[in-house]
Amino acid sequence: MPRINSPAELEDLRKGILSHKAPDKPCIAICAGTNCLALGNQEVIRAFKEELKKQSLEDKVDIRATGCHGLCERGPNVLIYPQEVYYIEVSPEDVPEIIAETVLGKKVIDRLLYTDPDTGEKAVHQSDIPFYKKQTRMIINTNTMIDPKRIDDFLAIGGYSALSKALFEMTPEAVLDEIKKANLRGRGGGGFPAGLKWETARNAPGDQKYVIINGHEGEPGAFMDRAIFTGNPHNVLEGFIIGAYAIGASQGFIYTRHDMPQLKENIYTALAQAEEYGLLGDNILGSGFNFHIEVHFDVGIFVSGESSALMRSIEGKNPEPRPKYIRTSVSGIWDKPSNLNNVETWANVPQIINKGHEWYTSIGTERSKGTKLVSVSGHVNNTAVVEVPMGTTLREIVFDICGGLPNGKKLKAVHFGGAMGGSIPENLLDTPLDFDALSGLGATMGAGGMLVLDEDTSMVEMTRTLLDFLSKESCGKCVPCREGVRQMLKVYNRLCEGKGKPGDIELLEDLCDVSKKASLCSLGRTAYSPVASTLRFFREEYEEKIVQ
Amino acid sequence: MSEILLQIDGKEVKATEGMTILDAAKSAGIHIPTLCHHEKLEPYGGCRLCTVEIETRGRSRLVAGCLFPVQADLIVRTRTEEVDKLRKTIIELLMAHAPDSFELLALAEEYGADRNRFEKESSFCLLCGLCVRYCNEVKKKSAITFVDCGAERQINFIPEIAAQECWNCKECFPLCPTSYLQAAYFLTEALAFPRAKEVPAK
Ligand SMILES: Cc1cc2nc3c(=O)[nH]c(=O)nc-3n(C[C@H](O)[C@H](O)[C@H](O)COP(=O)(O)O)c2cc1C
Ligand code: SF4
Ligand code: FES
Ligand code: FES
Repeated sequence: MPRINSPAELEDLRKGILSHKAPDKPCIAICAGTNCLALGNQEVIRAFKEELKKQSLEDKVDIRATGCHGLCERGPNVLIYPQEVYYIEVSPEDVPEIIAETVLGKKVIDRLLYTDPDTGEKAVHQSDIPFYKKQTRMIINTNTMIDPKRIDDFLAIGGYSALSKALFEMTPEAVLDEIKKANLRGRGGGGFPAGLKWETARNAPGDQKYVIINGHEGEPGAFMDRAIFTGNPHNVLEGFIIGAYAIGASQGFIYTRHDMPQLKENIYTALAQAEEYGLLGDNILGSGFNFHIEVHFDVGIFVSGESSALMRSIEGKNPEPRPKYIRTSVSGIWDKPSNLNNVETWANVPQIINKGHEWYTSIGTERSKGTKLVSVSGHVNNTAVVEVPMGTTLREIVFDICGGLPNGKKLKAVHFGGAMGGSIPENLLDTPLDFDALSGLGATMGAGGMLVLDEDTSMVEMTRTLLDFLSKESCGKCVPCREGVRQMLKVYNRLCEGKGKPGDIELLEDLCDVSKKASLCSLGRTAYSPVASTLRFFREEYEEKIVQ
Repeated sequence: MSEILLQIDGKEVKATEGMTILDAAKSAGIHIPTLCHHEKLEPYGGCRLCTVEIETRGRSRLVAGCLFPVQADLIVRTRTEEVDKLRKTIIELLMAHAPDSFELLALAEEYGADRNRFEKESSFCLLCGLCVRYCNEVKKKSAITFVDCGAERQINFIPEIAAQECWNCKECFPLCPTSYLQAAYFLTEALAFPRAKEVPAK
């Protein structure tokens, strides 16, 4: 494949790809996401391939192993184009029937359809399933349309057109301005405005600037970043290259998990293909802009996802956070201005450039714009990756989209934002998904991990588990975090053994105070959140555990 | 070098660019307690005992004095009720590990800390990192390192290096605020290179 040297050549290539794709040609899109993998999708994919070969249909029917569709709990999931018939829990034995009946015969196989547990109704198309119907999928929707290992699939759906637009029709300042006006807030934790951060890095003194994708995703119960990155790596790369152009960086780093072979493979494949096409490297698309990307793997400890620790890690040192009295956007990797954003943040960029900030800001709430991906797990019928507009209530996510709780259990709380997040009780479930509304309740958005807890959950024990995690996964450098969390954990162990003492709650409050106010990095500074939020909303559970 | 005027505990203090709050306070004779700070070493920010309150543009917050760079018109308060209480808890947390450290006992007296507030877990090491950093930064030998993360963190001599380097150095010994370092060294020696002491000097 020759390099693409101009926007016109990119469009020609796209046309060429589309002309080879008959719109009516059947295509079987089988989820190859992490959860479906665990549910045996490899066998299903193999069965499809073998069956097509057996029937000499390889040229007439396309097969696509895709990223996560979203409805992970019911996998392996199979979507059949062009009718968009959706089958769940498919096994290799179903394969010959699917090909004969649905692909060739255009008939629907009832038993493989999703049945609404409330109404008993069957959903034929993906868009009929309440789970999909009630979402606004602007980022994850592309997952079913592409094979992450084929850049042509991405180009076919308009991929890299935003990059072409940014490079040839916009100045870096204009790109920056668009992101600022879109009010894109970081999806990795704090919700900090991406545009402001980009601007700080852009304006910081020094010619060498770095940009980084934070794909560490260490938050317990969070799996949406890998759903995006594994399922459509080019979308993230496109946003990343656009950001680099706006900031003036010629070097980028991807920091991601060392323990996800599929993610690794898809990233490497995507980088190689983008480079081959001239979408990455020197003189991108003939624009004169150069940008190179290096991949780094985490060292398997939660704190390495924290921005300054991550940058240390890229430098080849221990991932120990450093105090941010000077921001990393000004002095980051090797003391050069370094802009770090989360996977999902970067993934939002191409659509903002393509459709403009006015379109983007029409979605969401007053101060939180666009959609948010949430990974829902715990006591819920559908463990899933969900994408909804900001402002959607937590109740809608749990009940309307994810099908409520199993076994007729009542909901007690949702815990939002992982180990440094907080719990929200049932009576506040109508809270909208919004950075500020959640933090007002002491539960940060975090990266978007949502844990559903049923009535049988002990909030004290749940909090103990989170602190145990934090205690092991912090770096251990500073006293308030290392020792504060250690002592909190001791109190929790006592409480859980039924040996709570009067004064324990006050002790916890004191320890929260010291770790929150005196720790070096955000891990220690927010480690108090699960404790404080459960003390606030479920205090009686603590009191019950204290033996007078 | 440009001169910076700031205020510490109500006192006008002159400082120069690049100084930390701790440096500026020291030059003005104002004492801020520290445990992990050492003049010869890079600022570290581990013990957080030097936490002070600062005010900039009408907003106050807490920062580590040993790391925070001075800036013009900074207002610093080193002994507010909140600061004292944080220090007291930090001392108490450390005393769970080294209840008899002289340095901690003196601090406990000053801040009214209770050495028995937290359940004892006498590991003796406060993980201030003075030894690790001294060996690494000043001696450039890296015979001692941190191992493990989080609550599991420890210091360890690396026997191969220690056997070569430590026997006639031991400059880290007096830096240790407890007696753990010596104990750790002699344990390593006893287990890993018992005859090293007899190696003649080169
Ligand atoms: C202990 C800790 C772990 C973190 N882990 C992650 C992570 O895995 N992924 C991520 O994107 N951000 C993580 N963050 C947040 C990052 O420090 C940083 O704020 C974020 O990546 C910035 O991107 P954004 O502005 O796009 O949100 C973590 C923060 C802390 C304190
Ligand atoms: S707060 Fe915790 S993770 Fe952060 S520097 Fe201190 S010990 Fe390390
Ligand atoms: S992994 Fe298949 S739907 Fe999520
Ligand atoms: S002296 Fe400042 S943190 Fe230890």
